[in-house]
Amino acid sequence: MKADQPALGFLFLVLLLSRPVLAALSDGAVLYQRHCAVCHGAEGNGGVGIPLNLPDFLAVASDDYLRATLREGRPGRVMPAFSAFDQGAVDAIIAYMRSWSGQPGPHYSADPLAGRPERGAKLFATHCAACHGDKGQGGAGTGVTFSRPRQAPVMAPALDNPGFQRSVSDAMLKATLLRGREGTPMPAINALGLAEADADDLVAYLRKLAPDLPAKTPDLDPIIQFESAYEFEQTLENLKQAVIGRNFRIIREQYFEEGLAAGGEENRRQVMLYFCNFAFLNEALALDPRVGLFLPCRVTVVETDQGVQVMSINPQNLSRLFNNNELDEACQQMHDLYAEIIEEATL
Amino acid sequence: MRAAIIAILALFSPLVYAKDLYMVRSTLSFPEAMSVLQETIVQHGYRVSRVQRVDIGLTAFGYQTDKYRVVFFGKLAELRELSARHSSLVPYLPLKIAIFAEGAETILLASSFEHLRSTYGDPELQRYFDRWEADVQTILEYVRVAD
Repeated sequence: MKADQPALGFLFLVLLLSRPVLAALSDGAVLYQRHCAVCHGAEGNGGVGIPLNLPDFLAVASDDYLRATLREGRPGRVMPAFSAFDQGAVDAIIAYMRSWSGQPGPHYSADPLAGRPERGAKLFATHCAACHGDKGQGGAGTGVTFSRPRQAPVMAPALDNPGFQRSVSDAMLKATLLRGREGTPMPAINALGLAEADADDLVAYLRKLAPDLPAKTPDLDPIIQFESAYEFEQTLENLKQAVIGRNFRIIREQYFEEGLAAGGEENRRQVMLYFCNFAFLNEALALDPRVGLFLPCRVTVVETDQGVQVMSINPQNLSRLFNNNELDEACQQMHDLYAEIIEEATL
Repeated sequence: MRAAIIAILALFSPLVYAKDLYMVRSTLSFPEAMSVLQETIVQHGYRVSRVQRVDIGLTAFGYQTDKYRVVFFGKLAELRELSARHSSLVPYLPLKIAIFAEGAETILLASSFEHLRSTYGDPELQRYFDRWEADVQTILEYVRVAD
């Protein structure tokens, strides 16, 4: 028994000293499951977001890169900025991610590499643009699988994204090019017949990429609303005709209070009209399945003391809500559609 | 017991920051998560007013699943009061949570009211937004940790 005492003491000491590490891991696991797993998967396997547990990714991604990525997010590319996380929270998440490989992250110099961007541009067009886009804008779509088969296991990241550019160092870019990423379509550049000097040129070109960012939209009215020139019933009828006239199908008409008030006691001067066009619905879901939160289309007719009001959400707010620039055009179309339908029904 | 666990989790987890969208992944299958979601909504004093399908015809477009719903819920007295006093809020009501299958798991999401706050500055409405956001996050967290 006595002989065991030093061993027990040592074990106690190890446990005591490792408490902060264990605590960080534990907090990191909780934070990761709460904030990251929804997109990147409970084990980092990916899903909406890229897989984070790939050995090549963990071997190349520095803690500085992960830290900056969490803070910056990827503007307009779904990944939000977790800017309100304190340093401890960010470090705990990173520590948890490191537990997948059991290895610490690499350290890189922040110094820029000296490459030839003109030559890098040519190499990029030949070897990289097919996946990353001709301007490094990344693969189309959000990566949200919605259980739908997709062509590649991951969406090619947008290399021109300002969040990515601010997070990654030249040295990490080069390390990624030299190593590739097994489990994704990204090869090591030597498999393409390129040499280390070519990596320097590619990095120099990547640093020149600047995204075509949409103009920052001002705060928009969250609703589209028109006062009707007609009585309630006539307005509702006009609305249905306007919807059908645009090749949409009316799915459902219901009182605003239906399902909440007892049957027969609903306010009958508040009616919601749901309508849909399957091609439109699927186009929207293919861009970003999360927009189903605001589908099918809905317009509400409400009679108030001020008259009959016809209103809908303003879809132009949605692309900002979802941090997805790809939704801009579709949301603009949806806005125009709502506005046309409501205007036709009310004027 | 479950409520106590959630409360403890909420106390010890770093505070959820204000954001535009709340998303969680549940390891439950879609039907199980849907069941827990509706139970939890009711436990929080709301009534589920309707479950809307968003997936009609999706499989014909190449999707492997057609499990996509939006669950609407609210409190009648609240909705009556707000629709009378702030009728322009009606398009954002009742409250809703989208739920869809992602492989064997389930993803749930809801919008915050951040994007409405600058338009609706009325302190009383802000309090509504605060409570709804807190309730929605708690409901989502409840489903996330349910097993």
